Amino acid sequence: MKSKPLALEQPLPLAARPGEPLPAPSDWSFELIEQYHRVIRATAERFGLDTYPNQLEIITAEQMMDAYASVGMPVNYRHWSYGKEFIATEKNYKRGHMGLAYEIVINSNPCISYLMEENTMAMQALVIAHAAYGHNSFFKGNYLFRMWTDAASIIDYLVYARNYVSACEEKHGLDAVETFLDSCHALANHGVDRYRRPARKSLAEELAERLDREEYAQRQVNDLWRTLPRQAAKEAGAAESRRFPDEPQENLLYFIEKNAPLLEPWQREIVRIVRKVAQYFYPQRQTQVMNEGWATFWHHKLLNTMYDDGFLTDGVMIEWLKSHTNVIYQPPVGHPAYSGINPYALGFAMYTDIKRICEQPTEEDRAWFPDLAGTPWLPALDRAMRNFKDESFIGQYLSPKLMRELRLFAITDDEAQSELEVSAIHDDAGYRRVRESLSRQYDLGSREPNIQVWNVNLRGDRSLTLRHFQHNERPLHDTATEVLKHVARLWGFGVQLESVNAKGDVSKRWSVPAPAQG
Amino acid sequence: MQHIVDRRLAGKNKSIGNRERFLRRHKEQIREAVKRAIDGRGIRDIERGEDIHIPKRDISEPVFGHGQGGVREVVHPGNKDFVTGDRIARPKGGGGQGSGKGQASDQGEGEDDFVFALSKEEFMQVFFEDLALPHLVRTQLAEVPEWKSQRAGFSSDGTPNNLHVVRSMRGALSRRIALGAASRRELAELEQHLAECRRTLQPGDALVEAEIKDLVARIEALRVRVGRIPYLDPIDLRYRSRIRVPVPTSKAVMFCLMDVSGSMDEGRKDLSKRFFILLYLFLTRHYEKIELVFIRHHTQAAEVDEENFFHARETGGTVVSSALILMEEIIKARYSPTEWNIYGAQASDGDNWHHDSGRCRELLNDKLLPLCRYFAYVQVADEEQNLWEEYSQLLEPNRHFAMRKATEPSMIYPVFRDLFKKEGAKAA
Repeated sequence: MKSKPLALEQPLPLAARPGEPLPAPSDWSFELIEQYHRVIRATAERFGLDTYPNQLEIITAEQMMDAYASVGMPVNYRHWSYGKEFIATEKNYKRGHMGLAYEIVINSNPCISYLMEENTMAMQALVIAHAAYGHNSFFKGNYLFRMWTDAASIIDYLVYARNYVSACEEKHGLDAVETFLDSCHALANHGVDRYRRPARKSLAEELAERLDREEYAQRQVNDLWRTLPRQAAKEAGAAESRRFPDEPQENLLYFIEKNAPLLEPWQREIVRIVRKVAQYFYPQRQTQVMNEGWATFWHHKLLNTMYDDGFLTDGVMIEWLKSHTNVIYQPPVGHPAYSGINPYALGFAMYTDIKRICEQPTEEDRAWFPDLAGTPWLPALDRAMRNFKDESFIGQYLSPKLMRELRLFAITDDEAQSELEVSAIHDDAGYRRVRESLSRQYDLGSREPNIQVWNVNLRGDRSLTLRHFQHNERPLHDTATEVLKHVARLWGFGVQLESVNAKGDVSKRWSVPAPAQG
Repeated sequence: MQHIVDRRLAGKNKSIGNRERFLRRHKEQIREAVKRAIDGRGIRDIERGEDIHIPKRDISEPVFGHGQGGVREVVHPGNKDFVTGDRIARPKGGGGQGSGKGQASDQGEGEDDFVFALSKEEFMQVFFEDLALPHLVRTQLAEVPEWKSQRAGFSSDGTPNNLHVVRSMRGALSRRIALGAASRRELAELEQHLAECRRTLQPGDALVEAEIKDLVARIEALRVRVGRIPYLDPIDLRYRSRIRVPVPTSKAVMFCLMDVSGSMDEGRKDLSKRFFILLYLFLTRHYEKIELVFIRHHTQAAEVDEENFFHARETGGTVVSSALILMEEIIKARYSPTEWNIYGAQASDGDNWHHDSGRCRELLNDKLLPLCRYFAYVQVADEEQNLWEEYSQLLEPNRHFAMRKATEPSMIYPVFRDLFKKEGAKAA
């Protein structure tokens, strides 16, 4: 890993105040964008934001919807679900139910930020500051992204995936590929490695390895399912109790790719593609609050600094501040617009609060954050961005003052009780409980059911057994049966799912027979 | 190195492939919706998009998720008056307090359908597929085939071969006059003044000499300015403008004849309707003005409006000739064959009072077919009865008569095959 540049202790001084602010017509032009971008870049450099090179792209609203529909990526393989997404987005947009997000940014190197044609100049400046410097520096700095994603090769990989899938469609028919992708998508969230770091590969290596891999994987699988009576006598006793896999495995797609007996090589490759894409998005799912908060904090800081330095007119300020306020609005519980905690609002408030703790700590802050209070804010913020994910970030940095400001409170919903209980509120007795609870809420492990490969019946019907380890006795959703059908399609034989409670007892069982071969 | 890339022109409609896959997946529902739409629409109203409803559960993508129950603790913002230990009644139904994951509402039963609009092209595509139209015919129907180029005055841009020299020069001349007018007036005044000065010049009068010198210089400057007005400027250029206009050929009347006796059930009427629609679509490509005449018959024929034509039910026997007679009467009264192109489309289940069938053949052969450009008959039932036999005799001598049996939509098109082929060849 490259050595990371040291964070600045203090912002660098301004080179020279401009004679007059940047022109601020409502329509943008390429020259204007470049002018604004130059100033934003210079301002970001003064704060030591370390980014991938930026590539700004102007796109139309329709292209924005395209990008939306294909999970925000500029290229992706074709699948009906993206079509569905596009239709839904387009409908909402046309009816005016939603404005399009004004930015999409792609974690690639160079980092691609989309600027929508319809935006005014002030909005383009906001997007550049938010996406091209906020998100971009987060992608480059945060440990999860550094560990799990390879910004340099993702676009190449998706191009490869698209071509491979379309080649498969041509060779094996649209239907076969589509149903297979459906099944893979059903397990995409369970197709990520949570603890192991993948090796980085360039596209060329990826291609070169594919052939080897197909052949090798097929051989391995065949070996596993060998029916020749080799050492039959010796094995009989031992294998009775032996479980396969030896240890439970959490990456269902990986297990299927390597071990499903009936898959053809192209199918294994598709499982792999879905798995890789899911893995690429895994850090994003874990750093929503941090990532959006960071970008929002920085567009706020950068544009305000530019205003103070005399680069921005009042009109531009008013315009982006209006959007900014909308973005960080947090409706209180019970409000018709309430749908959980707004990650922009929480993240922005937390980074702002960290800066406050550094600069103007109170007695309370000194007690709660002895290492943070009174230190320079730039390195403190940098550390907070680099080394955490949502769960640990909240656990580490959510301050009592902020809990009071947001009036956070925790409600316990216990099936065994007839009523809900307010388990903690923003007071001395409750700070820790609320903070822990909120932190847990962002733990993907507790948000998504924990399902693992438990056993394969090697000697009998070859059926696969999955286990669901219940978290706080929470049951699985009814869709489990549907998902199991998809698993059975991938595995090729029967599949069982056991839901295990905290005591280790199986509390519920699902079973799906082997799919009909056709 | 920083880049700004303009992507607006590249990669339009990137989602088309995904949309196609989505439509393909829900083909059955879409087919149903199109079928319903055709039932509900007027013949003239066919070429429109349609909203398709698909039940949410049919398009959901299942994933493992948590259901209701168990113990969970959720943090909410905006506490008003709760203190620790307060107990709150559990909100009824669904996700209640909502954990903000949106899971509950995505999967819930009884949710609204997923609704999206099928474009006009996609709608017609499904319709054509049902009818098993050959691709050539689809494209023929999908666009207006003939265009005529027509003068439409003059425009300020165009290609050099359309340059209108006289207009351009006239424009240039008037511009030169207009632009130079002020200078030329001043020039004339100065020249007059100069002549005056020269006339009154006394030798040695330094004042007047200086004025003359000044005048000469100003005149010179003005001459240069007038001379600088361009002889021909790009804004003078005028081009002949031509626009393309579709050329539908005059007017046509289409007679829809249908048996509405008791044996024609909804399914058969639906088939008949498609048969009429197809002919109508064909005619709209070739004629500017199309009139529709609906004649329904059982033992008696009556001219009715479209609504009654497709949806009213009658019972009783069948006398086909009554409709043919009425058609002839209407032609005589309102549609002179010299002015109108007459098309006939008849649909029936082939059931006819047996003494009547011979008369039908005679009527067609002697009276109607000579008047018609084309007459198509579709029998929407399988068994061959006497009407079918009698009509079969007409095929040989009359090239513009076609008949076919159709028991499903895809069997309708062949009856028009010759018609489309002939016209297609002409258009090509």
